[in-house]
Amino acid sequence: MQDMGIDVLFKGTNFLRLCQGLWVTLRIALLSMAFSLVLGFLMGMVMNVRNRFVKAFCRFYLEIVRIMPQLVLLFLVYFGAAKHLGIDFSGEYAAVIVFTFWGTAEMGDLVRSALVSIPKHQYESGYAIGLKKRQVYLYIIIPQIVRRMLPSTINLLTRMIKTTSLVVLIGVVEVVKVGKQIIDSSRYTAPAAALWVYGLIFIMYFVICFPFSRLSTLIEKRYAEYK
Amino acid sequence: MAEKVLEVEHLKKSFVPGEPVLNDISFSIEKGEVVVIIGPSGCGKSTFLRCLNRLENIDAGTMKLYGENYEREKRKIYELREKIGMVFQSYDLFPNMNIMENLILAPCKVQKRKREEVIKEADQLLKRVNLYDKKNDYPRQLSGGQKQRAAIVRALIMHPQILLLDEITAALDPEMVREVLQVVIELAKSGMTMVIVTHELGFAKAAADRVIFMDKGYIVEEGAPEQFFENPYTDRAKRFLESFNYGTVDKQDRGQI
Amino acid sequence: MDTVFIKAHVPMYAEAAGLTLYIAFWGILFSITAGFICSIIRYFKVPFLSSAVGCYIEVSRNTPLLIQLFFLYFGLPKAGVVLSSESCAVIGLAFLGGSYMAEAFRTGLDNVSHIQTEAALSLGMKKRQIFRYIIIPQAAADSVPPFCANIIFLIKETSVFSAVALADLMYITKDLIGIYYNTDEALLMLVISYLIILLPVSMLCTFIERRMRFAGYGD
Repeated sequence: MQDMGIDVLFKGTNFLRLCQGLWVTLRIALLSMAFSLVLGFLMGMVMNVRNRFVKAFCRFYLEIVRIMPQLVLLFLVYFGAAKHLGIDFSGEYAAVIVFTFWGTAEMGDLVRSALVSIPKHQYESGYAIGLKKRQVYLYIIIPQIVRRMLPSTINLLTRMIKTTSLVVLIGVVEVVKVGKQIIDSSRYTAPAAALWVYGLIFIMYFVICFPFSRLSTLIEKRYAEYK
Repeated sequence: MAEKVLEVEHLKKSFVPGEPVLNDISFSIEKGEVVVIIGPSGCGKSTFLRCLNRLENIDAGTMKLYGENYEREKRKIYELREKIGMVFQSYDLFPNMNIMENLILAPCKVQKRKREEVIKEADQLLKRVNLYDKKNDYPRQLSGGQKQRAAIVRALIMHPQILLLDEITAALDPEMVREVLQVVIELAKSGMTMVIVTHELGFAKAAADRVIFMDKGYIVEEGAPEQFFENPYTDRAKRFLESFNYGTVDKQDRGQI
Repeated sequence: MDTVFIKAHVPMYAEAAGLTLYIAFWGILFSITAGFICSIIRYFKVPFLSSAVGCYIEVSRNTPLLIQLFFLYFGLPKAGVVLSSESCAVIGLAFLGGSYMAEAFRTGLDNVSHIQTEAALSLGMKKRQIFRYIIIPQAAADSVPPFCANIIFLIKETSVFSAVALADLMYITKDLIGIYYNTDEALLMLVISYLIILLPVSMLCTFIERRMRFAGYGD
C-alpha cells in the first residue's frame, strides 16, 4: 500500500491550507449559530404570543425552513438577492444569512417548547417566596430552559457545521474547494490525491462533529437521570 | 401428605458480589396451598418470586417443579414458564392488543391450542371476573383494577400449575384493591396453588394457608397465619407487624417532635 | 417573469424532479432496510457486529453527505472502485439515512419497557415470538415521528447530488442561470418543484403523527 500518494496531504503547505479552508466553514457555522441564538430567543418569545397573525406567520416561517433544502435557500439568496438587491453578496455572507434564517427558526421552536414545558407552578412558587418577575425569570425559568435546550442546541450546531460543506457549491473557497485545488495541481505528481484529500476532509468533519454529538448525548442522559 | 408442586433448596442469589439478596432459601409448596410472603421492602421477596420462574438467574441451589430439576435448564425454561404463571405489580398487559388478543396470544402461539377453543375459555374466564363486556377494549381504556384482573386471567388461561403474584395490588387505588383480591381469594378456594407477595396484611390473613416472613434475604419465620399474626415467634417479625400499627408509633413519637 | 421561458422548461424540471424522486426512493428504501437491520443488531447486542454498527452510526451521523459523496465519486475511483453518479447518490443517501433510521427505530425499541418482555416471558413465549408480537408493534408506533422527520430530511438532502454531476433540480437550475441569466424564473421553478415534492410529504407526516398521538398506547 505504500506510495499510494498519501504524502500529498503533507507536501508543502497543503495540510495548512486545508485547515485554513476548514476554518472558513467553521467561521460560517459559529457566526450563524451566534446570530441564531440571539434571534432564536426573541423568536421563541414571539412564538408564544397569542395572536392569530403572529402564529400563522411563525408556522409559515417554520414550515419553509422545515421543507426547503438548505441548498435551495442558499441558491435563492446567493443568486436571487444578488440580482434584485444589486448587492453582490459574497458566498460567505449569503451562507451566514441562510444559516441564520434556518437556525433562528429551529432555535425559536426550541425556546418556545422549552417555555411551554415549564409548569405554571414554577412561576407561582417563585412569586410565592416573594421574588420579582425579573428575578423569577433570572433564577428559576431561564436556568431550566437552558438546561432543557442544551442537547438540541448542540445538536443544531453539529448539523450546521455539517451543512456548511454545502457552501462550496455557491463558490466559497473553503476546505472542499482547497481540496479540489490541491487535487488539480497534483494531478500528475499524485494521481490518487482525490482519495486522500477527500478522505482527510471526511475525517476532519468527523473529528469536529463527533465530540459535540457525544457531549449532547451525555448532557441528555444526565438530564434524564435528574428527572 | 399432598404432592409437592415446587421445591427449592439452598437458593442463593446476589446482584452485586458479596451482597447477597437471597441467602440459602429453602421452600416448598404443596398442591392447592396458598403461601403468602411478607417482609419489609428490600428483603428479597420479589427477587425470590422472580427466581422461581427464572426471570432472574440464580447463583446456587436447586429448584424442582413436580420433581423435575430446572435450576440450570436453558432450553426447557420456556416450557417451564408455561406451567408457572406470574402476575406483576404494574399489570403489563400488552398495550398494542385488546383484552381478548392479550389473553389468546400465548395459548395460541406458545401452546398451539385452537383459537376457537381458547376464545371460548377466555369468554368464560372474563365472565368470572366481570370483564366480559371489556373484551374488545384496549388496556388503556380500563381502570387499574380491571387491568389487573385481566392480567390474572391472562396467566390463568395458560392452565399454570402454580401462580406467582408479585405485589399485584401495590399500584392500585384503595377502592380497586378489593375487587382484585376478591378474585384471588376465589382462586384460592378453587384449589389453585399460589405464591403471593403482598403488603396487604388483612388479605394475607384471609388468603394464606401459610405465611413466610422474610428479612435481609433470609426466611426469618414461617407458620400458619393465625399463629404468625397473633403471636409471632421472632422479635423481628413482631417489630415488622407493629410498624403497621399507627397508634403505637404515634404515642411513642409524639413527645419527641 | 418570462412565462415563455418557464413553459419551455417545465418538462426539464419535471424530468429532474423525477430523477430526484427516483434517487430518493431507492436511497430511502435502502436506508430503512439498513436502519432496521442495524437497530436489531444493536437491540440484541450481537457481539462484534453491535460495536461495528455503533461505529458506522457515529461516522455516518457526524460527517456531511456532500463529503461522503465526494469520497465515493472522486476518491474511490483512485482505489479502483468506479461508481456511476446514480449509484453514488443512492449509496451515499443510504449510508447517511441508514444511521438516522437506525436511531429512529432504536428510540422505539428502547421505549418498550423491559417489564413487557418479562410479562411475555412468564407466559412461556420465546424471544423471537416476543420480538414479533410484543416489541415490534409497540416500537413501530413510537418510531413514527422520528421516522417521518427522517424521510423529509433525506429528501431534502438529495439536493446535493448535483455536486456529483447528477442532472437533478439544483443542477439544471444552476445551468439555466449560467446559460440564460433567467435567474428569477429558474429559482422560482426550483422552489416550486421542491414544494410540490415536499409539501405533500410534510402534510402526510403531520397527519400520521397526529393520528398516532391519539391512538397512542400510553396508559
